[in-house]
Amino acid sequence: MIYFDNVSKIYGDHTAALDNITFRVDPKEFVSIVGQSGAGKTTLIKMILGEEKPTYGAVYFEETDIHALKKTDLNNYRRRIGTVFQDFRLLAHKNVYENIAFAMEAAGRSEEEIAVDVPHVLELVDLGNKIWNFPHQLSGGEKQRVAIARAIVNQPDIIIADEPTGNLDPVNTYEIIQILKKINDLGTTVILTTHNKGVIDSLGRRVVTMENGKIVRDDTSGKYML
Amino acid sequence: MIWTKIKRVIKAGAKGFVRNGSVSVASTLIMTVTLSVVLSILFVGALLQSTLQGIREKVDINVYLETTTTDDQAQALKQALEARPEVASVTYTTAAEALENFRARHADNPLITEALDEVGGNPLEPSLNIRAVDPSQYQAIADFVTTQNVSGDKTRNIVDKISYIENKEAIDTLSRMIDSSEKLGLIITIFFALISILITFNTVRLAIYTSKDEIAVMRLVGASARYIKGPFIIIGIIYGFISSLITLAIFYPITYWLGPYTYDLGTGLNIFTYYLDNFMQITAIIIAAGIILGIISSWIAVKKYIKV
Repeated sequence: MIYFDNVSKIYGDHTAALDNITFRVDPKEFVSIVGQSGAGKTTLIKMILGEEKPTYGAVYFEETDIHALKKTDLNNYRRRIGTVFQDFRLLAHKNVYENIAFAMEAAGRSEEEIAVDVPHVLELVDLGNKIWNFPHQLSGGEKQRVAIARAIVNQPDIIIADEPTGNLDPVNTYEIIQILKKINDLGTTVILTTHNKGVIDSLGRRVVTMENGKIVRDDTSGKYML
Repeated sequence: MIWTKIKRVIKAGAKGFVRNGSVSVASTLIMTVTLSVVLSILFVGALLQSTLQGIREKVDINVYLETTTTDDQAQALKQALEARPEVASVTYTTAAEALENFRARHADNPLITEALDEVGGNPLEPSLNIRAVDPSQYQAIADFVTTQNVSGDKTRNIVDKISYIENKEAIDTLSRMIDSSEKLGLIITIFFALISILITFNTVRLAIYTSKDEIAVMRLVGASARYIKGPFIIIGIIYGFISSLITLAIFYPITYWLGPYTYDLGTGLNIFTYYLDNFMQITAIIIAAGIILGIISSWIAVKKYIKV
């Protein structure tokens, strides 16, 4: 599904954020990318989103070079990816329903689809009772669940979760990971970046470990080893 | 689907306008000032044109003939003029008639009539009053009269003076005034337009800044560039549209109040009547000017600050 082919990213000051990376993510996989700050996780995520271009090599999505896509095609590609961030990135002046509807509107979905899909996806993340609440009326865990709902509402092929539990307590962390697992079980590929050893150990799925822009370990043991 | 997208873009633009309340008001006001300048220049131009037209219509040529000119010579010149296609009419006033008219005009001024008696005889010249078919043909008629020799001996011209030369000065001066006022108007309009663009640009920039979270989310979900940028162009259009409506509304009472004065000034034009008679045209010009200003401002801001 996603293939990094000898990808390097070198910034102006000759810092190599990614150093000759080659790896593949298959459909329906749940891959965790771990590593210290500065290991290259964020650059790797930005490459998948098409926000950063590789200095060398290429990133493919279903055999298409992401960075060779025209603007329109890049927009269509991004519609196939859902993203979740540590800081939730919810719109403060919109309620839960509007936050999710906003993503659907931007993706060109009809009013009828929005009316049906928003309550459905909120049920999926167990927030059906908070549909009219504003972000400031929600806990951190609830905010992240809204962010997940927004990420999956356009039925993407991949969910990218960049440190989604970074601001959460252990209980909410556990719940968020369970939701991501549920989404993966329903057939969506999940790419998760995290620092949280407990999360990785509880998942027991594929773990890619990064260090100084390189992949130093890629195994299916499901263990956080740094 | 396209209509749904357009509706969403317009809705988002309107929300952006409201969200930036006070800045939007400031931007709308400055654009109103610019459009008021544009409309004022339109009105001043109309007044000057009307004045010029009035003067042109009033213009005729008085050809004063030498006092020694005989009736036959004057009649010959009259007939020569009447034969010309550009001449509408020629009225011949003899020296005696001219004196009679003069005395009648100044009957209540004994000083002038006494002065005439003192001079003795008739100091006034016979004259021909000529009206052209078209005001632009006076120069050709004046040239014809100047070169025409009807004295018979081909040594002198019976024409003493042509009044058109003096009127021509007035017409030329007014034409130059109109020309200068149009140029000045254009400079003032450009100046205010630039200020409007600058202020609206900054307002839209602020709107972009306050919407940065929305823009980030839209980019993430793969919204098209038009969908992301469209609302900010709409904001610019709203500024222009509202400003033009305010301008048109403001000028209704202003022209109503000024109308009689502009007519009494001798322009021959009541500015209020002119406003009402040309309302559709003026409305179209002002709304188009406002919207174009708004689009230019927001387009520059969007181009500079939204990278999709």
